[in-house]
Amino acid sequence: MTRRLVSWIILVLGATYFILPLFGMFNFSLKMKRGVLSFEAYRVVLNDPQFQQTFGYSVILALLTIVLGVLIVVPTAYWVRLRLPGVRPYVEFITLLPLVIPPIVIVFGYIRLYNTSSILPLTGSWMGTNILILFGYAALALPYMYRAVDTGLRTIDVATLTEAAQSLGAGWTRILATVILPNVLVSVLSGAFLTFAIVIGEYVYAALLNLNTFGPYMVWMGGNRAYEPSALAVIAFGITWACMGLINLFTRFSKHTKAQK
Amino acid sequence: MGFLDLSHLEKSFGTTRVVKDFNLSVEQGEFVSFLGPSGCGKTTVLRMVAGFETPSSGSIRIDGQEVTGLRPNQRNIGMVFQAYALFPNLTVAGNVGFGLRVAGHPKAEIAARVEEMLSLIGLPELGERYPFQLSGGQQQRVALARALAPRPRVLLLDEPLSALDAKIRVSLREEIKQIQRKLGITTIFVTHDQEEALSISDRIVVMHQGIADQTGTPFEIYNTPTTRFVAQFVGTLNTLDAKVLDAATGQIQIGEVPVALNRALPGANGAISLALRPEVVALGRREGHGVVLEGRISEVHFLGSVIRIRVDVAGHIVSLDTFNRPDAPPPAVGSTAEISVSARDLLVLAD
Repeated sequence: MTRRLVSWIILVLGATYFILPLFGMFNFSLKMKRGVLSFEAYRVVLNDPQFQQTFGYSVILALLTIVLGVLIVVPTAYWVRLRLPGVRPYVEFITLLPLVIPPIVIVFGYIRLYNTSSILPLTGSWMGTNILILFGYAALALPYMYRAVDTGLRTIDVATLTEAAQSLGAGWTRILATVILPNVLVSVLSGAFLTFAIVIGEYVYAALLNLNTFGPYMVWMGGNRAYEPSALAVIAFGITWACMGLINLFTRFSKHTKAQK
Repeated sequence: MGFLDLSHLEKSFGTTRVVKDFNLSVEQGEFVSFLGPSGCGKTTVLRMVAGFETPSSGSIRIDGQEVTGLRPNQRNIGMVFQAYALFPNLTVAGNVGFGLRVAGHPKAEIAARVEEMLSLIGLPELGERYPFQLSGGQQQRVALARALAPRPRVLLLDEPLSALDAKIRVSLREEIKQIQRKLGITTIFVTHDQEEALSISDRIVVMHQGIADQTGTPFEIYNTPTTRFVAQFVGTLNTLDAKVLDAATGQIQIGEVPVALNRALPGANGAISLALRPEVVALGRREGHGVVLEGRISEVHFLGSVIRIRVDVAGHIVSLDTFNRPDAPPPAVGSTAEISVSARDLLVLAD
């Protein structure tokens, strides 16, 4: 009985540790109008044209990152599983590098490599900078994308399905698009939502490449306003949680994968 | 020149030669089985025909066309795998229609062909199901329909029945044979199960260590095996040692019993090996069975309609089958018995 009580106390303490700051922030964000609780801060933030612009920009970047990530990761993970199982540990190691190399190091490297006096002066134009940050974000998303897709590929018999499709006349593009991708879609989506959450909140790349995405906007808000940053944080939090929820939802409602459970 | 010609096929993985000088000519509409133990190279030959492995040397021709250099998706070959390999994200109809969609046929034509194939395999109602909603036997039938839908030139079956349970295995193999005969499609069937191969094939290629030991009809393979391996791998075989007394007239001696084979044994002197199938041996004396041997019953297996008895004859175990008769209980283990066999049923093993 006492052991149970202890467990409960630990649980409550842990939950408090996480929830209390969130609650405090949420509570603070409601106090913009003196004396009453209101969503005034949210109204101000959501009506701020800069919010709409930076947030929309980040959403577009996130979606493009996901597309680029899928185009890079799915064929790679598929090919490694099918033909080069020996190099899998190395590929896995490479995909983990973005987790251990600080973004600031990567972005300084980019700026050195692609500055206006280099062979490929990507930072010289607005379009070039966007392409650069897109590839940077795709690299940042690699650990999540690759693991998710690789795990998805493990649940299907890649080699035999490929041979079956080949014997029916399909070429590589078709095999990837109609056989492999649909069968790892749930994994791709869970990787995609994580990527989305990361890109939406990313600060370092955007700030150093001088792009007005949502991250720098949040930081700017935090330095200049009182109540709005809390409201923004709550909104960003909501987006992340919605992404997590969507991962679960997709995993549960995918039709043909039920059998494997 | 047959419809499918394999000439001088060789395949090596590293330094191991898994297929050695494999030659085969398959007629249009013929059903040929590759039979052999695992690792004998039968699947490798099949995969070379499909294009999944590249031969180290030799050539593969289908209908006069050289296909050795073609990629698997250019060969127009249907293949059925042991593990079904249905696309889990597609319905049964989607799976069956896959090859036709790849080939770019119009939708209406695909739908009609899918319907035709599903009724051919006896599952006309299941078009909307997903593979995971089907039993193993149904999945394999769908895989067969999927392979046949684009009208391939050759159908390859890679141990398609091995993952199924015994009853379905028998019914599905009959169904495969029926469908094959109906469509008249040239088929290669790989199996390690001799009963499967004997019952379903027009011709069997028995493979052993990368070599085609013997090619022939099931009847020939079973009754006149040319090598010891074929004799032992196909069916149950009893072997007896014998001494040659006179090679020219076929006089030999089994234990202490002299036997006249009445046929010359060219090149044989001293000891030879004799082989006999369980079904040619009778318990007790029987008319026409000139060779009578003494032995002791060592095992009795009651299998229902058939009783398999093992008799110890001068140190050799001889298996024999008798039909069950309600009025005659099987002999007791340990009792002495006489067995008899006709001299012409004694096979002399070449090596």
